[in-house]
Amino acid sequence: MTGKMFGAPIPRTEDERLVAGRGRYLDDLGAGAYAAAFVRSPHAHARILDIDVGDALDVDGLVAVYTHDDLRGPMAEPLPLLIPHPAIRDGRTPHALAAEYVHHVGEPVAMVVARDRYVAEDIVERVRVDYEVLPAVVGVAAARRADHVVHPGMSDNVAARLLQEVGDAPAAIAAAPHTLELDLEIERSASTPMEGRGVYARWDAADAMLRMYSSTQTASGVRAAVAAKLELQLGQVEVVVPDVGGGFGVKIVHPWPEEVMVPWAARLLGHDVKWTEDRREHFVAAAHEREQLQRVRVGFDDEGRLLGLDVRIWHDNGAYLPYGVIVPLVTSTQLLGPYRPGAYRVEFDSLYTTTVIVTPYRGAGRPQGVFAMERTMDAIAARLGLDRARVRSVNLIQPDEMPYDQGLVFQDGRPLIYDSGDYPAALAALLDLVGWDDFPAQRERARAEGRRIGIGLACYVEGTGPGPYEGGHVQVETSGRVRVATGLTSQGQGHQTILAQIVADELGVPISDISVTTGDTRRMPYSVGTYASRGAVMSGSAVALAARRLRDKALRIAGDALEADPDDLEIVGGRVRVKGSPASGMDLGTVAVLANPLRYAFDEASRAATQFGGPADFDRPPVAPDDAPGLEGTDFYSPLRCTFASGMHAAIVETDPETAEIRILRYCVVHDCGRLVNPLIVEGQIHGGVAQGVAGALYERMAYDSDGQLLNASFMDFLMPYASEVPAVEIDHLETPSPLNPLGIKGAGEAGVIPGAAVLAAAVEDAEGFPITRMPISPSELFHLRRRFASGEIPPLRARRPAAPAPRPSGQES
Amino acid sequence: MTEQTHEIRLHVNGVPHTATVPARRLLSDCLRHDLGLTGTHVGCEHGVCGACTVRLDGLPVRSCLMFAVSAQGHEITTVEGMAAPDGTPHPVQRAFRECHGLQCGFCTPGFLAVVAAFLEENPDPTEEQAREAVGGNLCRCTGYQNIVRSVLRAAELAREHPGAEPPGAGAAAEGGRA
Repeated sequence: MTGKMFGAPIPRTEDERLVAGRGRYLDDLGAGAYAAAFVRSPHAHARILDIDVGDALDVDGLVAVYTHDDLRGPMAEPLPLLIPHPAIRDGRTPHALAAEYVHHVGEPVAMVVARDRYVAEDIVERVRVDYEVLPAVVGVAAARRADHVVHPGMSDNVAARLLQEVGDAPAAIAAAPHTLELDLEIERSASTPMEGRGVYARWDAADAMLRMYSSTQTASGVRAAVAAKLELQLGQVEVVVPDVGGGFGVKIVHPWPEEVMVPWAARLLGHDVKWTEDRREHFVAAAHEREQLQRVRVGFDDEGRLLGLDVRIWHDNGAYLPYGVIVPLVTSTQLLGPYRPGAYRVEFDSLYTTTVIVTPYRGAGRPQGVFAMERTMDAIAARLGLDRARVRSVNLIQPDEMPYDQGLVFQDGRPLIYDSGDYPAALAALLDLVGWDDFPAQRERARAEGRRIGIGLACYVEGTGPGPYEGGHVQVETSGRVRVATGLTSQGQGHQTILAQIVADELGVPISDISVTTGDTRRMPYSVGTYASRGAVMSGSAVALAARRLRDKALRIAGDALEADPDDLEIVGGRVRVKGSPASGMDLGTVAVLANPLRYAFDEASRAATQFGGPADFDRPPVAPDDAPGLEGTDFYSPLRCTFASGMHAAIVETDPETAEIRILRYCVVHDCGRLVNPLIVEGQIHGGVAQGVAGALYERMAYDSDGQLLNASFMDFLMPYASEVPAVEIDHLETPSPLNPLGIKGAGEAGVIPGAAVLAAAVEDAEGFPITRMPISPSELFHLRRRFASGEIPPLRARRPAAPAPRPSGQES
Repeated sequence: MTEQTHEIRLHVNGVPHTATVPARRLLSDCLRHDLGLTGTHVGCEHGVCGACTVRLDGLPVRSCLMFAVSAQGHEITTVEGMAAPDGTPHPVQRAFRECHGLQCGFCTPGFLAVVAAFLEENPDPTEEQAREAVGGNLCRCTGYQNIVRSVLRAAELAREHPGAEPPGAGAAAEGGRA
């Protein structure tokens, strides 16, 4: 299918509304609703002895205060463990309101409902909670030591442990001519969307129906979870996702404590209730990601070819495990990137700590995996004195090896089989784009000016578009306008635009006639959600399939009316016409009229569909047994397994010899997400991803003290980059279509962030001449590393640069 | 315990409004929840992200750092007031759409206010100046690259259609700073 809109860099259809201030985000809804606020634990670990609301009762505007004692049945039970996995030894999840223990600062202990948020927060301050403070467990090292245990009834802090093996890695390493061991560390960051979470609930007592709005990445997930908690039938709950001010993963978690408390209170009070998260709450009560310690053992040959790879990962999952082991599972599988690892052994421990939960943040464990693999590649190159690109190229999976089975089980429970990709072409394109071969000369020029610069590269493969499924519903109104619905939600990815582009081509209608609804269970109740770069792959495929069904039906009905063979018909510009005879045809709107046989006319157009309106075939009922009224199509796309996008990044950095400030001079991206639906949008996704990659590499971290207090829980102290910190990104696209879905597309949402820490560590290391094993890196950390390097405490990278650049010929010692 | 309230008059997008608010009511909350102008967004409530930026007598200010009661007597322009009276979008609004300068759109109204004010003072900025101009506002989606492009494109559009500046944007100077 080649059309005009698919592939066109058109401006987004969402934006006219958004730039005019006519967006509708969660807190824009629900004027007149009561406001909720939460009493949150000030301690990382404590037992609740008593909650005293006496002081709160005389505040004007108080509606209610609730604690765990007020909850019954499923509401009093822990929240669900969303993704069960056999590796989970003891999966703990929080309660809607803390039952007896709190396990991180920010955990909700009581809910206040009041006339407005100001009053609700006044009351929160008057609720007195007595705590018995218990020892905090902060960081992977403390969790492993298990001097203190986070959850009662456990003997250590290991929530889950998983081993996957392909071949005998320890034996392969033992037999290898060269071996290396690396200890690596990556710190916490977080999705940090500009809009926090929020929930607004309306209970209609007369109809016994709950309408809920949530700033979420899954409407259908929230619906099912809330129905179960509130003991409602699914049919009694509607979830509508309004405009969402960014998600980046954090909003796929559901139901949040607040997400069940707000509708529960709305039903109890018979009044609308709304909760809008504030920034501090988002830092201490939503979710973080990234923190891991890794130990890599690798065996390789003289050319740097991997023979065996043995990786041990210790993953901090925070206080609870609502999202299962997805993040470390992704790290441990996607670590392999575009390479053949030889024999591979990977084992992770997922550990409880008394800190905010860890659930997927854009990249979802991949940045850590890529960090491990790419640091290893650079270490191999340093050890052998080989060019870093050369070491990568000897390990790349070749295009003729596709599909390539890595022999592991991926995060969707299905085999890790790469469907397509051309990694050597991507590497060649990247080296060209960044000018890899010319860099040594550039370095020398800089050095002559007293400047210190370095270059790095990093590669990744990303499983995108996992199942189980998404659905599409496409309907042509009698006006000729086309309504499209899919169940997954949108947080700025431009789904309304790209889904309209796909449908426009499939149906042959102008994009201006198409409107798209996402994340509304009233329009498409069957759905999973927006995560793992699956929006375009899953919903794009589903709406394409649905549109194809609709098109077949339109041609059949028009064929009857025009007395033409449907095969001789085409749809152009919203009009069905006879090929080669464009004058004879009918508008799709008229076909929609005919598709719905009527008894009653309601306007001029509908007369044609009434029972005396025209000739009829008396041997057939008005609606055939295998047919349905209306010009619409519904279909679902369910993939065999993920489709694997890929990419490679290179960065050139300058490090200030005095201040150790790190400045990115160039940032280059080669990206392959299969066929591009809208290049403008894909590039926007890459830009945003790279910004988060840079943020996680150089600026952002969650500064917990040993008591489990988050010291930088504000935008004053958490260094989210401004325009001054984010480099311009140079992009080159490859388009290797996926054979797995009808459109040949792969996901693009997360890609930009994935190699950020790896590529910047490589570039800083190259500039400095000593290994960088821990990210993020701040100027003061680099400054201290320089001191340790100068004192001989840190060994140099082995001189690895040949005098003349020669990445492509076989390895040379320098 | 009952809170004292104040009746205030605010002039927003050329329209007079009254509201009854406690002294601590933030201008951002008053605009959004008392006047129903929800185009102004709140991203941090501590003056760092800039999402809540509106124009006060033409100057960009963070409406989360100002009390509604202290905005009396000033001309306030929000994103809802940027387009011309006939609905023609402001050049900055057009440019952000053309250049894909927004994704989730949450931070966008703040950027629009900042950029509109900036371009009135600097109609022909360099790329570096454009980047500097938006350097006080946070965006988590775009990586800023297309926002910088949008600033340059808006300048171009404004130059192509001089005098197309809608009121509210330029009314600035007359209002002065009280």
